Amino acid sequence: MNAHLHLWLIPLAPFAGFLLNGILGRRMPKWAVTTVALLAPLVAFGVVANVALGVFGFIPAPSFLPCVETFGNWINIAALHVDFSFVLDQLSLVMLLVVTGVGFLIHVYSVGYMSDDEGYARYFSFLNLFLFFMSVLVLADNALLMFIGWEGVGLASYLLIGFYFQKKSAADAGKKAFIVNRIGDVGFLIAMFLLVANFDTLTFTEIATKLGQDPGWTGGVVTVIALCLMLGAAGKSAQLPLYIWLPDAMEGPTPVSALIHAATMVTAGVYMIARMHVLFNHSPFALGVVAVVGAATALFAATIGMAQNDIKRVLAYSTISQLGYMFMACGVAAYSAAIFHLVTHAFFKALLFLAAGAVIHSLNGEQDLRRMGGLWKKLPVTFAVTTVGVLAIAGFFPFAGFFSKDAILYAAFLQGPSGRALWLVGVVTALVTSFYMFRLWTMAFLGQPRGELAQLHESPWSMRGPLLILALLSLGGGWLGVYRSAGWINMERFTSFLTPVFGGRTAAGGSARLELALSAVAMGVALLGWFAAYRFYREKSTVPARLVEAYPASYKILANKYYVDEIYGAAVVKPLLGVSRYFLEWVVEIGVLGGIAWMLAGGAKFAGAIMQYWQTGNLRSYAAWLAAGAAAVLLFLLVPWTTVLAYLAAFHLGLAGH
Amino acid sequence: MNAFIAQEVPLSWYLILSAVLFVLGIIGFLFKRNLITTFMSIELMLNAVNLSFVTFAQQWHTVKGQIFVFFVMVVAAAEAAVGLAIIIALFRARSTLAVDRIDLMKL
Repeated sequence: MNAHLHLWLIPLAPFAGFLLNGILGRRMPKWAVTTVALLAPLVAFGVVANVALGVFGFIPAPSFLPCVETFGNWINIAALHVDFSFVLDQLSLVMLLVVTGVGFLIHVYSVGYMSDDEGYARYFSFLNLFLFFMSVLVLADNALLMFIGWEGVGLASYLLIGFYFQKKSAADAGKKAFIVNRIGDVGFLIAMFLLVANFDTLTFTEIATKLGQDPGWTGGVVTVIALCLMLGAAGKSAQLPLYIWLPDAMEGPTPVSALIHAATMVTAGVYMIARMHVLFNHSPFALGVVAVVGAATALFAATIGMAQNDIKRVLAYSTISQLGYMFMACGVAAYSAAIFHLVTHAFFKALLFLAAGAVIHSLNGEQDLRRMGGLWKKLPVTFAVTTVGVLAIAGFFPFAGFFSKDAILYAAFLQGPSGRALWLVGVVTALVTSFYMFRLWTMAFLGQPRGELAQLHESPWSMRGPLLILALLSLGGGWLGVYRSAGWINMERFTSFLTPVFGGRTAAGGSARLELALSAVAMGVALLGWFAAYRFYREKSTVPARLVEAYPASYKILANKYYVDEIYGAAVVKPLLGVSRYFLEWVVEIGVLGGIAWMLAGGAKFAGAIMQYWQTGNLRSYAAWLAAGAAAVLLFLLVPWTTVLAYLAAFHLGLAGH
Repeated sequence: MNAFIAQEVPLSWYLILSAVLFVLGIIGFLFKRNLITTFMSIELMLNAVNLSFVTFAQQWHTVKGQIFVFFVMVVAAAEAAVGLAIIIALFRARSTLAVDRIDLMKL
């Protein structure tokens, strides 16, 4: 196109880091590993920031976006052309800022967090590999290239979940994540096949052009494609019914949970739907499915989060719940609200995870909330940043979560009666969210210490620095979406920034007053959650115990996460294992394959038993066989067989004739 | 048949002689027990083939057949040298040259 932005540097820098640390990491001194590991995301972030600094502050965006850079042709079959090409538009720019920016901060944090680990170089090479694939996913301008990134981040996620591979639970969690994601990937693949079959292209802009030529084209195959994409997104972004891998993914190191399983990779599904929004816009039914799945996931995961005692699991369920919000926003075609929440969520959830990591680090690996408490005195910095994160996720003004969550709820509210139902679910979820986040906060930091706190120490500066920066972003990130216009605060800044990508779609019936009222409701709900959590979990409160006593069944269901893992175990895993064991192993493996092998072996053995009589060791018998063979060949070559046969036939016929 | 050759010994006679010699070689190879006789039978077969080569060279007035004969003779000489050496070694090891009794690789 026009200006060369050198987009190839963005994925290439992390890839170089991956190769260097992956191949030479063990032989390099630690400072060299650290330098390589930190330079990789820094270069990528530098390139993105260089573009972004020229972009932000201009509305509408300058003319050099979208910028497409093609690096070569990949596939050329009949009408299908697939290129290695990257596109930088407003959407991928925002996403890249998050991926490389938050990614860099988490790399810095990891330097402190992983400093004593044996697999230091291996860890950073995987982390760089993740950044490489993630930037390919974000920059891809066609579905196939995106799919490479999509699979790649899945691989990086698998490697990092199973980072402590000596631990069986970690190895299992990695496998679980990989297998569940495979189910979603089938959806993505089928969607791509259908795109090729119906549109002859996988490039996003060309799909949009072809759909734009036929505005009346809704439903039908477009719905099928959109639903298949949704399945893929649900796998990657841990939505119902494929969310089960994410809580287990917490087996990985905590910075990994922050980067991959909270801030960036799990939001790839939301990003993919936003990229393919044209298809979804042409299928109201698919949009409805997205919205319902999102809302259901948000509420479902939030309720589980109330009854978990592992600090990382609470955050994992909260991530699923927040991703549900983003899907809900996509489902009401408020893609910019979804991306906005994606950004703010990346800030505050990365912050919360890293803070949780700092707590765990200080407590030498303790993750159980019931054994924490009173940490605020010992870990003041961690306490302060966690407070910011909790306020942000609960949606308090003026923290980041307030603005983005409001944008989603407002967009849902404007979608008619069904939209109001979604809004109601969203508000209830906000209440539950506020409750369980303040529960975590109260249990971990307030009250009396419940464990040994003598040797507690605050984390090193490499960990505190990123925490503080993320806290600032969680505090102020929401203002990205606000600007003053015409004397009134306009909340649409983020939306108008993304308008070149998503197109302007303003729902009717909105007004600043309504938005303010809805914000007030959300705030009230958040306060209520805080109050409830404070009453329940401050010192010596008997409320939770009494509640558990009064409703033992409900508590048990929540504590056991609705028994979903057990249900899947009984409905899917067990039958699969049964089929594998009894049919595949006994019938196919032992019966069919083993049978063929036995027959081949038996045949060879039998033939050998007969042929061995030839091998007498007697020279003259060999010579006789040789002579006989030569005679047979001569006979075959010299005798005119056709003539002989014809003669015999004539003779026979002659006999018959007489 | 060519008038030029008709005055001389016919082609078929040479070929028949060659075949007879070859079959004699085979029979000797198959039925003689002494290794040296077996060896001589092989030489006989080679020379039977040589005869047919020379015959055809004469028939078609080309030199190719003659050249082949030289090749065969050189190979046969080399083979005789190696083969006789092997036979002597064998006799020293086993004190016999009866092929029926030399049927194991190891002693």
